[in-house]
Amino acid sequence: MKAISFAAGCLFASTALAQEPVLTVYAGDYVVSEWGPGPKIEEMFEARCGCDLQFKPGDLLPRLLLEGERTEADVVFGLNTDVTKRARESGLFAPHGVDLSPLTLPIDWTDDTFLPYNYGETAFVYDSSRLPEPPTSFDALLDAPDDLKIVIQDPRSSISGLAMALWVQSIYGDGAEDAWRKLAPKILTVTKGWSESYGLFTDGEADMVLSYTTSPAYHIIAEDDHSKKALIFPEGNYFMVELAAKVAISDQPELAQEFMEFLLTPEFQQMIATGNWSFPAALPHDEWPEGFKELELPSKVLFYSEDEAAALRDEAIEAWRRGLSQ
Amino acid sequence: MASRPLAISAALIAAGLVLALVLGPVAAVLARAGGWGTLGPGDWQALRFTLWQSLLSAAFSVALAIPVARALARRRFPGRGLLISLLGAPFILPTIVAVLGLIAVFGQNGLINVTLRALGLKGFSIYGLHGVVLAHVFFNLPLATRLLLQGWLAIPAERFRLAASLGLSPRAMFRTLELPMLLRIAPGAFAVIFVICLSSFAVALTLGGGPRATTVELAIYQAVRFDFDLGRAALLSVIQLGLALAAGLVALRLGTGGGFGAGLDRMVTRWDGRTGLSRVMDAAWIALAALFLLTPLGMVVARGLPGLAQLGTGSWAAAWNSLTVALASTLLCLAWALPLSTRWGEWVGLVGLAVSPLVLGTGLFLIVRPFVNPLSLALPVTTLVNALVALPFALRILRPEAEAVRADYARLAQALGLTPLAWIRLVLLPRLRRPLGFAAGLTAALSIGDLGVIALFPDPERATLPLQVYRLMGSYQMEPAAGAALLLLIFSFGAFWLCDRGGRANADA
Repeated sequence: MKAISFAAGCLFASTALAQEPVLTVYAGDYVVSEWGPGPKIEEMFEARCGCDLQFKPGDLLPRLLLEGERTEADVVFGLNTDVTKRARESGLFAPHGVDLSPLTLPIDWTDDTFLPYNYGETAFVYDSSRLPEPPTSFDALLDAPDDLKIVIQDPRSSISGLAMALWVQSIYGDGAEDAWRKLAPKILTVTKGWSESYGLFTDGEADMVLSYTTSPAYHIIAEDDHSKKALIFPEGNYFMVELAAKVAISDQPELAQEFMEFLLTPEFQQMIATGNWSFPAALPHDEWPEGFKELELPSKVLFYSEDEAAALRDEAIEAWRRGLSQ
Repeated sequence: MASRPLAISAALIAAGLVLALVLGPVAAVLARAGGWGTLGPGDWQALRFTLWQSLLSAAFSVALAIPVARALARRRFPGRGLLISLLGAPFILPTIVAVLGLIAVFGQNGLINVTLRALGLKGFSIYGLHGVVLAHVFFNLPLATRLLLQGWLAIPAERFRLAASLGLSPRAMFRTLELPMLLRIAPGAFAVIFVICLSSFAVALTLGGGPRATTVELAIYQAVRFDFDLGRAALLSVIQLGLALAAGLVALRLGTGGGFGAGLDRMVTRWDGRTGLSRVMDAAWIALAALFLLTPLGMVVARGLPGLAQLGTGSWAAAWNSLTVALASTLLCLAWALPLSTRWGEWVGLVGLAVSPLVLGTGLFLIVRPFVNPLSLALPVTTLVNALVALPFALRILRPEAEAVRADYARLAQALGLTPLAWIRLVLLPRLRRPLGFAAGLTAALSIGDLGVIALFPDPERATLPLQVYRLMGSYQMEPAAGAALLLLIFSFGAFWLCDRGGRANADA
């Protein structure tokens, strides 16, 4: 008898579980780790939706394009403008319908499909205790002595590397290849992704690393280390924004909509700064966490729309390859 | 012989599975792409660089391994077994960990440059083609050494006894006994290492210093994960496969010559090499190899120790997943390798190593996708691919001795009328014990350190240890990442040591 009621209990429990709606969110791999924002987002959103939020980590766009109409995703979390043209053309996404007036981005944002939740700019990060007088502009960096060593990422294998190729393209235009040629002797090496580069930098192998304007916030807040700084260049730093979008064929459209609305709430925005180590997209500067407030902000932000980025991408990568191959 | 048809059909099934698992995904990718892509401007340069660095890396690895293996084969000293095991460790390290270990020794701020500068000398840079070759020798010298050492130990002791009683000079002994063995083993070792280096990507990029050091594998990565150009990925993957098969073909053609006939499995004692000079030379080779291979490992350990205490539950769960996957893929790989341990079987096995894991993963994704959610298969697929990738190594280790056993004992077995089962139990397995242990250890360790397919289908609850290292680094957690890397080193080395030791128990060699 006991066994039967136990079995019935199990059955009941599993059906109850099955009735709880599931919101499937595809996200970058770093999001879901125990140090990423994933666990906090899950906890915060589940507390308000009465649903089960499930992250599926991995490469976002390749995966979506592979799956096409058969995708399980309801929401995609973590695209950026250098790939959104391709994503938009897939026709997989629906308008987000979220009021954009709370946005506090350094650029105007009117996109009705891709919703920004945090941003940063590409920047060279250095250790001010090791390098007291860093170059103060991109031009000065190109003219710096060759023993100043920097590590960057390959634009063919990393988003930040691609952003840098577009950054140089945006400052130097047709002279991008020459700029790369001048920079070449100072490039210690090129790595596949950001992790390897940053590892080399923290090991003291290079003086500077291609990273983000927000990287010093991690060292200030988590390590109380104020020596890591990002270089703000008068030519401008390249703007990178992280975006979420709703999948058109989602079987949980209301939940997906609720999630999109949730991204711009003060609650989420307060969390994402330290959760993802980047600037919140919809939070006034004076409400930013301590540590972020003391960061120096670029006076000029360089930005390519997704059409421009898509059109210039191959050219920028080729300029990079030729400039560094000589 | 009664076991012959049975053995042939087992081999055919195993070979068919390998080919289906490799060519199926490539075909699936190609079908989805709707045709071949075209090569970009940088691709020819990448192709040339890939070939050149693979040739150099394989040549240096094998050439340096010859004196080291010879020294290890003819010297007995306390801790020799442990040293041989330890020397295998670099091969099984995940790329990122090994690269950071190498940089800690050879980098701008590494041990050597710091010492040079302290002495008032000019430092050197590890970044460039020489850095790529250095790293590949670091990875593959241990493998080449072990493969050659197996060859030396497979020469029956009776031959050396006979050579000594005939009063052969060391040079004549080398020519009659050791050179034929080298000609048989070295081309295969060269081919396997050449193929491994063909698909190198993160190492070549990080230590190559820039786009000049681009390999075909990077172009595949870009095509799959950045441009989503599956046609181009399939084309590049087939080019890579062609290069590997060409290398394999050349090696198999070169690596001919029979075994040495049957011996009585006595311990190998060498009458040459008793002079003072040869003792000093052998000691120097062993010491240099140990220094070169163990110092970067020591740096990984030193950097990882503080981080070990900071590891969260995620890292331990990942370690458990890695162990489970390793155990399963080792069993699968050995079951695959035994029937395929023939000349043509080895050729088939090489295919698994030659196809880009990215294309393999994407193809498998496309194949299983209509039936199940690929994420739920993350670990089984990883197991399968790891077994496939380790298969050529297992075959390279098993084949020479398996063939020798067949050649030497098949007639005896036939005369005695042994059943297939009795043949396997009484003759084959006991004689293959040493290479089997080595192969199992290598497969387990490779599998623990692998970050290939799992990166395509990462499931939040089912990370493996290498993936965890990357996730930690991606969240600025450099110290725990170093700790997780050390954990990875301990686990993969532990697995290797256990299997390898099991295989060498009761063997004097």
